[in-house]
Amino acid sequence: MRWGLEHVRLSFGRRVALDGVTVPVEPSGVTVLVGGDGAGKSSCLKTLVGLVQPESGSVRRPPKQGIGYVPATAGVYEDLTVQENLDFSADAYQLPSRQRGGRQAEILDRIGLAAARHRLGAQLSGGMRRKLAVGLALLHSPEMLVLDEPTTGVDPVSRAELWRLIAGAAAAGTAVTVATTYVNEAARATSVVLIEAGKVLASGSPETILRGVPGALGAAQGTARPTPLSWRRGVSWRVWAPAGELPGGVQQRDPDFEDAVVVAELADERGRQRR
Amino acid sequence: MNVLAQVRGVSRRFGSFTAVHPTDLAIAEGEVVGLLGANGAGKTTLIRLLLGLLEPSAGVVRLFGAAPSVAGRRRVGYLPQTLGLYLDLTVAENWRFTASAFGNVAATMPENIRAWSDQLVSDLPLGGQRQVAFGVALSHQPELLVLDEPTSGVGPLAAARLWEDIRLAAQYGAGVLVTTHNMEEAQECDRLVVMADGLVVTSGTAADIIGDHTVVEVRCGDGRDGSWRRAFALLDGNGFVVQMDGQALRAAGDDEAVRDLLRGGGIDAVVEAVTANLEEAFVAIVSARDAFRPPAA
Repeated sequence: MRWGLEHVRLSFGRRVALDGVTVPVEPSGVTVLVGGDGAGKSSCLKTLVGLVQPESGSVRRPPKQGIGYVPATAGVYEDLTVQENLDFSADAYQLPSRQRGGRQAEILDRIGLAAARHRLGAQLSGGMRRKLAVGLALLHSPEMLVLDEPTTGVDPVSRAELWRLIAGAAAAGTAVTVATTYVNEAARATSVVLIEAGKVLASGSPETILRGVPGALGAAQGTARPTPLSWRRGVSWRVWAPAGELPGGVQQRDPDFEDAVVVAELADERGRQRR
Repeated sequence: MNVLAQVRGVSRRFGSFTAVHPTDLAIAEGEVVGLLGANGAGKTTLIRLLLGLLEPSAGVVRLFGAAPSVAGRRRVGYLPQTLGLYLDLTVAENWRFTASAFGNVAATMPENIRAWSDQLVSDLPLGGQRQVAFGVALSHQPELLVLDEPTSGVGPLAAARLWEDIRLAAQYGAGVLVTTHNMEEAQECDRLVVMADGLVVTSGTAADIIGDHTVVEVRCGDGRDGSWRRAFALLDGNGFVVQMDGQALRAAGDDEAVRDLLRGGGIDAVVEAVTANLEEAFVAIVSARDAFRPPAA
């Protein structure tokens, strides 16, 4: 593992934010952290970029100049134009002046905002603002790019463009880490970490996670809940049998990411109830 | 099926901007209708028109067979994107306030939010707040549920439980209108309505909307030799919208063009046109519209 977190523990007062979390981050790779609100994703990313110090465990990251980070809320100055935002970031990262113009034009083109360069940050749509924030973080060609929920609340069109930027950065050799609440975005990762309540529920490549779903998974029709370990998927039900024995009338099926995450959360819930 | 809410030829202008062009939409008893669209497509404006929170510039709105009114809205459970909770009250206080407003003091709090009873709403993460707002919106057994992004920021298990409640309400005859940016979730709806630029551009089941949309799947061996990086850079550099998908790449466009481009670049890959998923079809439908519009100044 080149960069990332290893067995990191982090608390804020009495609240344990991260409890022995490992997140591998590799050059040319996209690590996707999946979890609900309050799961600990932001804490992982803040630890990774060095904004908070863990109590224990180790963190590996490139020097500060080699990191591009976009927090969940900010990343763009709303009272500056797109061009002024680019200039500001170029100053902040001390981009050599002979590289500046070319690199800025390249980024503007990649994020599709060349026509909007004189618009104020506040006048951009939500999706455009996120793209600009990612573009600013890429301006100095960082070794490691860290994005906190770049796609939350973003519509599918802008989301596709953001993921194209993310994959493009990885294809160019950058180590990318992305936090998301959209489970299906795990499919776009080279490495997935499922996190809930500050703990890693599962991690590995997308294929490993899908293959590693314990027990058996099935689908059933009908209005009544088939078993206590069932949940709704549209008009049908998903049924999880931890011991591998599905009840009669339940059709076995391969899990998708949504199923894998729900099973991991259910398993964790059962574990906690037993304790 | 009994129609609960309906707009006919409804439009809405704000000054010179038309947020919703003349639009028809109906929600019947027991059905779950998904309203999809890019940000700014007019979804929230249409919802506000449907509930009578906004006057239409033209057209007719019927809520339970009458013009929208306070009495009609009492039969609606509305979860706005802004949630509508009192941040400086506890979860239990919010619950009691809504229950008394609807004259429904006997309602009991659902189990998933009871654990947070004594916490201030402002102390909960956004996903938790959304679950509380959802519980509150359902507390008076509404006949029509209008949910604006109910699961944004909510974890998968909690989201599955919200969907269980949505389906249960529909089973008891409630009509449901739900917006989401999550296309996996959209597939849980009985029927989808897609908006773009204030217009309904297509509607039907997820399969209807996917129709014969395809994408090009590109497989470059086991990926260890880094050939996916070269394939991605080549396609991306030639204007294809490419996404990673596990070991494969998926690009919008023509499979022959992709095959030629990769062959020309000396990249060994299996290239195949495959059926698009809902998200890819949605992006294709909405982007095709963008192509006919001049770029923003």
